[in-house]
Parts: sequence; C-alpha cells; structure tokens
Amino acid sequence: MALNGFIPQSAPTFVNGRFIRAWGTARRYPLVPLAILIFVLAIPGIFATQITDTWLQDPLEGRLTERLTPPVWQEGGTWEHPLGTDKVGYDVASRIIHGARVSLIVAGLSILSGGLVGTALGLIAGYFGGWWDHVIMRLVDIKLSIQSVLLALVLVSVMGPGFHTVIIVIALVLWVRYARLVRGEVLALKNQDFVAKAKVAGASNFRIMSRHLFPNVVNTLIVLATLEVGQVILLEAGLSFLGVGIPRPTPAWGLMVADGRNLIAAGNGWWISLFPGLAILMTVLSMNLLGDWLRDRLDPKLRNV
Amino acid sequence: MQRYIIIRGFHAIITLFAISLLIFALTRASGDPASVLLPEEATMEDYERLEAYWGLDKPLHVQYAVYVGNILTGNLGESIKWPGKSAGELILQRLPATAKLTVVAFTVSVLLALPLGILSAVKKDSIWDAGGKAFALLGQAVPNFWLAIMMIWVLAVDWNLFPTSGSGEGFVDGTHHLILPAIALGAFGLAAGMRLSRSAMLDVLDSEYVKLARIKGVPERKIIWKHCLRNAALVPITYFGLQFAGLITGSVITETVFAYPGVGLLAIEAIRSRDYQVVQSVVVVFAFIYVFVSLLVDILYAYLDPRIRLT
Repeated sequence: MALNGFIPQSAPTFVNGRFIRAWGTARRYPLVPLAILIFVLAIPGIFATQITDTWLQDPLEGRLTERLTPPVWQEGGTWEHPLGTDKVGYDVASRIIHGARVSLIVAGLSILSGGLVGTALGLIAGYFGGWWDHVIMRLVDIKLSIQSVLLALVLVSVMGPGFHTVIIVIALVLWVRYARLVRGEVLALKNQDFVAKAKVAGASNFRIMSRHLFPNVVNTLIVLATLEVGQVILLEAGLSFLGVGIPRPTPAWGLMVADGRNLIAAGNGWWISLFPGLAILMTVLSMNLLGDWLRDRLDPKLRNV
Repeated sequence: MQRYIIIRGFHAIITLFAISLLIFALTRASGDPASVLLPEEATMEDYERLEAYWGLDKPLHVQYAVYVGNILTGNLGESIKWPGKSAGELILQRLPATAKLTVVAFTVSVLLALPLGILSAVKKDSIWDAGGKAFALLGQAVPNFWLAIMMIWVLAVDWNLFPTSGSGEGFVDGTHHLILPAIALGAFGLAAGMRLSRSAMLDVLDSEYVKLARIKGVPERKIIWKHCLRNAALVPITYFGLQFAGLITGSVITETVFAYPGVGLLAIEAIRSRDYQVVQSVVVVFAFIYVFVSLLVDILYAYLDPRIRLT
C-alpha cells in the first residue's frame, strides 16, 4: 500500500503526531463504505418512522395537489419535499428512507433462511457423502439452471406477489452457494483428527456436525453473507422493478425506479427514478467493498467466490 | 470425447426432467386451477366439466405424463390474456426478437470486455488498470434496470438520439430501436467479462512460453498479439457460458424497460394480467433453452480444451 509510506516520518511536523497515527489506523478500515452504509442504509432503516414523522410526509400519503414537485434546488422545488414528489404526490425522500428498511428486512430474512437451509444441506452432503451428497448436489445443479427471475415468475404465479414470496425466491437463489461452500469445507475437515476423536468419544452425528464442524465454517459463512447483502439488495430491487417482488404501494427502491420509467420517457420527472437508483448503487457498492475487506481479513481463500 | 458427450447429455436430460417435475409440482400444489379460472357463480357441473377438460380429474402421475407429453409435442396450453392464441404460438412469435437482442448485446459486451480486460492486464498497475478496476466495481453495484432508464433519459429523451421504446419496422428502423436495448443488456455482464479477460490474460502473460519469447528478445507487441491473444481465445466461450444465465435474466429486464416485444416482455405482460399458463410456459422454454445451450457450451469447451474431458 502506498499509504504505509505516508504514515511515519514523512508527515509534516506541524501536524500532531498522534492524529497522524490515528488516521493511519483508521485508514486500514473501510471508512467511506462504512459511513455510506450507516447514513444510507442503517440509520434510515432503523429510524425510518422517526425521521419521516419529524421532517417529512408519510411515505404512504399521496398529495395529488403537490404531485411532480421537483427537488428543492430546482425551480419550483420546496424544502417540504427535498427530493421532489412522484406522479401521485408521494414524497421521494420519505420513500427512499423507508425503502432502506424494506431492503434491510428482505436482505436479512432471505440471507438468514437461505443460509440456514444451505448450511444444513452442505453439512449433510459433506459429512454423510454417498447418496445424500449425490441428491443434494443434483438439486444444486437443477437450481442453477433456473434463473432467479424465472423462479420469481413461477412462484409469483403460484403464490401470488408479496413480501413472503420475495423472501422465498431470494432464499431459494441463495442456499446453493452456502451448500456448495460448506460441503467443500466439510469434505476437507471431516478427515481430520478432531472429528475421529469426537467419534471415538461417542459423539452423535448431529453433535459432530453442530459442535465440531459448524464452528469451523462460521468465518466463511460470515464473509459470504456480507458479500451477498449487496447482491440481494440488487436482486430484490430488480424483482420489484419487474413487478414480481415487493407489491405496491410499499416503498421499495426497485418499485420507485419503475414508477419513474414512463415519466422519464415522456421527458418529465427524472428525479423519481434517479434518487432511489443512486441509493441502491451507493448501498450495494459500499456493501461490496465492506465484504471484500472482511474477506481479506477473515477468509482470503474465498477470493474466487 | 464421445463418452463425455453422452454423460453430459444424460445429465442434461435428468435436469430437464427435474425442472419439469418441479414446475408441475409447484403449479399443482398452488391449489385448484379450476377454482381460479371459474367465476364465483359457477355450478358444480361447470366445475367438473372444466376439470375433465383440463384433465384435472385424473391421478397425478397421469397428469404429469400428459404435461410432459404436451411440452414435448410443443403444446403449451392456451393463453387467457390473448384469447385464441396458444402459449407456444405467442412464444414462437416473440422468440426471434429476443434472440436478435441477445446476440447483438452479447457481441457488444465481448467487443468491450475483451479489449478493456486485456488492456488492464497488459498495463497492470497503471492508471488503465486502476480505471478498469473502478469500472468493474461500479459495474457490479449498479442496478441495470436503473442504468437502462438513465440511458433513456439522457440519450433518448434529452439528446433525442434513439427511440425510447418498441422494436421498429424494417431493417434501418429496427436497428435504430435495437441499439439502446443492446447496449443496456450488453452492459450487464461487462464488469464480470472484464475481470475474466484480465485474469486470463495475466495467466498467459505469466506462462513459460511468454517468458521464453521475452528471453529470446521477441518484441513485446508481437508477444501480446501473437503469443497471448490466441491462447486467450477461450475466454469468450467461458464468458458466454457464465453469462448466458445473466443474459436470460437481463433480457427480461431490458425488454421491460424498453417495451421491446420479446419473450421476456411477454412473461411480464402475462404475469401482470395473471395469465399464468403463458408465464409458466415461458419459464419452461427458457429453462430448456438454458440447459441446451449450456450443454453445447460444455461440449464446445471440451472440444477446444482437451484437458476438460479427462476430469
């Protein structure tokens, strides 16, 4: 890193040395992505209701008289709607803030459920091998030949659109990677001495898997989950955009981008699509950078995943 | 080689079988299709007649056999939104448009990804490489439907260079309508393609025969053009194999954004009007195309790179 040369003696003497050292330590952490995540995803996601109750219009309140107000710095914009309003008078800023919460919940629940199922299947496939392994790996192949959007189409046509459908679709997309990764790790681990000793000591298969093998793959799982948050947010936004994700009028970023499409083609209301898209872009970019950093820290062998 | 093709083909058939079983199970598990289709005031008699018409009164395994038989004979069921048309007819009608879009988009993508990736690799650690990395990072984070809409905003509306939607008529107009969707769809896997060609090129540059060529004093330009590029020729095929799934997903999104009348838009229109027969047929057709194409890619790959057959 070029920064290492910058930190010690070459620092100008008039700057406090302690500050330089603190800065040097801080630079080793992904500060910019973390800051963006805190301000674009975490704070809005957690305090959405409080923020909009205090400053902004309710995300589900449409004021038709104030429809298509441009952002505040444009002619005709007001501080009441800092990022403008859409064609039914929804406040864009308020909906972006609440959209962060939707993205957080969807990402959290789907990664949790997909990760649980995938990890369990990966442990079983790797530990028992044989038929279990064959069947589970064939399932993985089958899953891989159905793309996420097509899966969403089938499930929406079967279950109807809704929050739970999105989470199931994304969980079904995600479990495969956990299963493959955990299986690979378990295959390498299960021939080691500690597993043999646990067996000799009379541990059950379940105990070996949960107490001896699982703790050894936790680091990998944390890294994979972090790397996936960004992708899940993108996927959810894409599905919502197509109308097979979060149903209207829930404030979801993908839906908001979709709402602006026809207006933009008609030459009006660019802000309706632009800002939610930027929110997605910044969140996903920061999440990916954070995931990369965490991977280099905890589990560099995941480079190629 | 023959052995490899047979095994790989066998796998493909199992996968197809499983996919059809999965979709069949999901659609039947979702409750009674007859009750969804019939109006509320329908009598028991109507109900039974409809069940008999769709074959829903037969045992499940017979229903499944009929379902597979229908798929194999190309009979994918009737559309509800477009009365009088079968799902198969609708898909066939739209397939050429999607095929054209996908092929052009993939070509655009390769033509951009290969040179950019190679440039990054040859000028490793230079400003070009840094730019390439930043571009790849952004490319992985940008929502592609949003990018497409922003392209409409700037290129089609503000600068008025392209039409905002539709497919146009005739060759010139058609091509004019195709440019923006093709760029948008091509941008999908661009970041991944760049990284792929960069790492492939770095591998080749690091190989023994390139080192030997350098020791012999072959000019650097000749090394890159003659020794490296030929060996990096497998990259587009690998890329295509990896990207094909993305192209299918991407075509659905791109066609929706640009209202481009392909199979993807058909599926979205059908799901908006709850024409589930058409939706499921599109999924089956896409899944079959995907399995078939990946089979072809694998065989082609094994043909070009004999090391693969052995494993």
